[in-house]
Amino acid sequence: MRQVTERPESSSEPRAAESAAGAQKPPAAEPADGRVMGPGTAPAVEGVKAPAAAPDSKPVFAVERLTVSYAGRPAVREVSFGIEERRITALIGASGCGKSTFIRTLNRMNDLIPSASVEGSVRYHGQDLYAPDVDPVQVRKRIGMVFQKPNPFPKSIYDNVAFGPRVLGMKGEMDEMVERALRRGALWDEVKDRLKQNAFGMSGGQQQRLCIARALATDPDVILMDEPASALDPISTGRIEDLMFELKDRVSIVIVTHNMQQAARVSDMTAFFTVVVDDTGHRHGEVVEYDETEKVFTNPADERTEAYVTGRVG
Amino acid sequence: MEAASIAAAGGPRPNLTRGRTPRSVGENIIKALLFLAALISIATTIGIVVSLLAETVEFFSQVGIFEYLLGTKWSPLAGGDQKSFGVLPLISGTLYLTALGLVVAVPLGLGSAIYLAEYASPRARRIIKPVLELLAGIPTIVLGYFALTFITPVLLQGIFGIEVKIFNALSAGLALGVLILPVVATLADDSLRAVPSSLREGAFGLGASKPQVVLRVVFPAALSGIVAGLVLAASRAIGETVVVLVAGGANANLGIDPRESFQNMAAFIAQTARGDIAAQSVEFLTIFAVGTTLFVMTLILNAISIRFVRRFQQVYE
Amino acid sequence: MSVAEVPVARAVVRGASRGARVREIIFPASLMLCIAFAMLTLVVLLLDVAVDGLPVLSWNFLTSFPSQVFPERSGIQSALVGTLLLMVVCAVFIVPVGTASAIYLEEYADGNRWWNRLIEVNIQNLAAVPSIVYGILGLAFLVRGPLELGRVVLAGALTLGLLVLPVVIIVGREAIRAVPNSIREGSMALGATLWQTIWKQILPGALPGIATGIILALSRAIGETAPLIVVGAAAFARFNPNDLTSDPFSALPIQILAWIQDPQEEFRTLAAGAILVLLILLLFMNAGAIYLRNRYEQKW
Repeated sequence: MRQVTERPESSSEPRAAESAAGAQKPPAAEPADGRVMGPGTAPAVEGVKAPAAAPDSKPVFAVERLTVSYAGRPAVREVSFGIEERRITALIGASGCGKSTFIRTLNRMNDLIPSASVEGSVRYHGQDLYAPDVDPVQVRKRIGMVFQKPNPFPKSIYDNVAFGPRVLGMKGEMDEMVERALRRGALWDEVKDRLKQNAFGMSGGQQQRLCIARALATDPDVILMDEPASALDPISTGRIEDLMFELKDRVSIVIVTHNMQQAARVSDMTAFFTVVVDDTGHRHGEVVEYDETEKVFTNPADERTEAYVTGRVG
Repeated sequence: MEAASIAAAGGPRPNLTRGRTPRSVGENIIKALLFLAALISIATTIGIVVSLLAETVEFFSQVGIFEYLLGTKWSPLAGGDQKSFGVLPLISGTLYLTALGLVVAVPLGLGSAIYLAEYASPRARRIIKPVLELLAGIPTIVLGYFALTFITPVLLQGIFGIEVKIFNALSAGLALGVLILPVVATLADDSLRAVPSSLREGAFGLGASKPQVVLRVVFPAALSGIVAGLVLAASRAIGETVVVLVAGGANANLGIDPRESFQNMAAFIAQTARGDIAAQSVEFLTIFAVGTTLFVMTLILNAISIRFVRRFQQVYE
Repeated sequence: MSVAEVPVARAVVRGASRGARVREIIFPASLMLCIAFAMLTLVVLLLDVAVDGLPVLSWNFLTSFPSQVFPERSGIQSALVGTLLLMVVCAVFIVPVGTASAIYLEEYADGNRWWNRLIEVNIQNLAAVPSIVYGILGLAFLVRGPLELGRVVLAGALTLGLLVLPVVIIVGREAIRAVPNSIREGSMALGATLWQTIWKQILPGALPGIATGIILALSRAIGETAPLIVVGAAAFARFNPNDLTSDPFSALPIQILAWIQDPQEEFRTLAAGAILVLLILLLFMNAGAIYLRNRYEQKW
């Protein structure tokens, strides 16, 4: 269904970056750096329209008025929307709009940054992830994550996949668990004869699929992907996208991407983030629109979304 | 989307609570153990201060503080009336020997550093750096031996024909210079290499010659880091024991004739500790009084060095 | 450094003045002289020691006890054994404590807390405290005072350990910092606890660097004389210590110092022999460090 030739790969990235300042602007003239935005011109972000949930889907995450700050300065503000089970949800928007910050709140990876603080609530199957008695380790066990740059451990392919089950003390035959994870990660046939080799010897695309397989080995309910294909060539990107489709019937996937075509191709739901400059000149991200991917890309409700998805910004 | 409906719609609630599992208890025990290990360094400092101060207070109950700080005759081990506790000759001897060492190490160390950072090819660097590291790793007792068996008899008395005593400041000072040369060179090299190359290119673009660029642009830009290194090197020389003990002799000398024998504070401590003296005697207590004096001096120098390093880091980070 | 600029600058200078052109040759030449002097010093020093010391080296020299009467029958057995014991005990102390401190400061400590900043500044300061002062600490707290160990191997080794601990911690922290954050995140994202992440991912990655720091620290400790003087290592030990906590002990630097200060010329050459043994030990340790670094260092 997806030919490689169609893929615009990273050509949209520079544009996305350039539009960082422009995305949130109303037509009124602005200084080039986009730092000044008077109170009168502040966009109405309050009433983000939540889409009617598809009748057959259950929510995995319900995010309510979530604000994440670093050292007291908000990076994303007042984010509210629900993420549905067994669907692919794409988070799109220009650089610096807080997509990565947001996705890291879903498995409490932001805990690793001492200055980060979270307000509002994230409910996972109805349970508040930030309740005081919640153990982040238990959270990450169920909610896997794949990062922008493939980050295999400097160990054998086998040990990379086995690491998760081992540290979690999972019961069962380890060889079988590793094989199952590698098969689900669509990597088994390529690596079954060299499981003992160092993962650093694999290509970038294989490394990233290994990281996905590694995340699958602990049998997670959700996989968060933070720009998983941004460092990869188009063919490897295609493989990752195929893989996402195959995984969809078992796990919910949330993906941050800079690549709008990718979001349009793979996702069922799309949230559009944008940069907002507040009265003090500080920039933070907000969610402008969240809806079925098809609607976001063909008939967006907000003009900033339209400007972004059609590439008419900047 | 209503929160209530989410809770209703959600499947079986996953158990995310931390509970008192053995694992989380273990994690906290480990953290506590690691913290205790890190506290050993604090305990060391407290131990140093307490061990120095307790006996120093005792010392000053027997010797007047002004007699100690302002007196010009140091002979605590002498018998009877000859005993004198004026520390100035020891301090001046320490500073004098350090100055001699710096006279050797500063030009040679800075010259080496500038060559390494600005002129040396990568290949030359690969040879020179390990040589400097090797020199830095030579135990000071070996430098003492070198000073006593080569610098004094062969270099000073033989080649230069200087009438030095067997134990003399010149030989000890030169050896101290060799001791701190690698310190100066390595730290200055680091600071010079941290200067962004855009600065050099800018100066070259204005038509400056390489010596001009190095001396008027790069060197001043790296100055605070270089000064930090020099202060650290001086602090090494001030606290050095064995080189002075072996080559400098045992004379607390207030003069400035480098051919004479000079002692520094650390060498005095070592010499006294080796001797057969009764614990808690006033001679024994001098170890701690002089130790406190030395500790305070190096502490001040180190604080100055840290300040310079901070400034240096602010510029380029 | 940009290569293109140099010819341009040269052309300008050539037009400018003759003196400037001379400076362009003399300046680097005098810098090279500085380096040459440093290297020459090392060569002369090694030659000085080797010429005096090589004739002394023999199996008997290594296995005999020191004699204050007969230089030809004198040896370094007790000093060598003492030094090796000191190193082993010192390593047993600094490996866990130094590594644990480095891990705490890099992985657990919140740099905004005053006590963590205090620990950090304190380690910086300790690294610059003269070694003789550590000797005083050892004398007051370990040999006498609260622990009252006496003039024994354990007291000497702990004193040396405290002296070189900052080296282990500083180098260890650098090695831990060199493990990329992506490894940490990858491990934590799989549900590993912080300690599992440290033990199974970060420490294996940082191990070559940590080991290098430990060897560096030990090679500093092995050559230290001053603290051992104050702690009271024996200059002419006629026997090896039977254990770590009751017998007097000697060490190579102490033996060397005693021989250097002996008025008899024959004993002074013995010092050169002992120095050679010390330098050979150091050489092995440094070669070990370089080997570790090249063989096991993880390229990220």
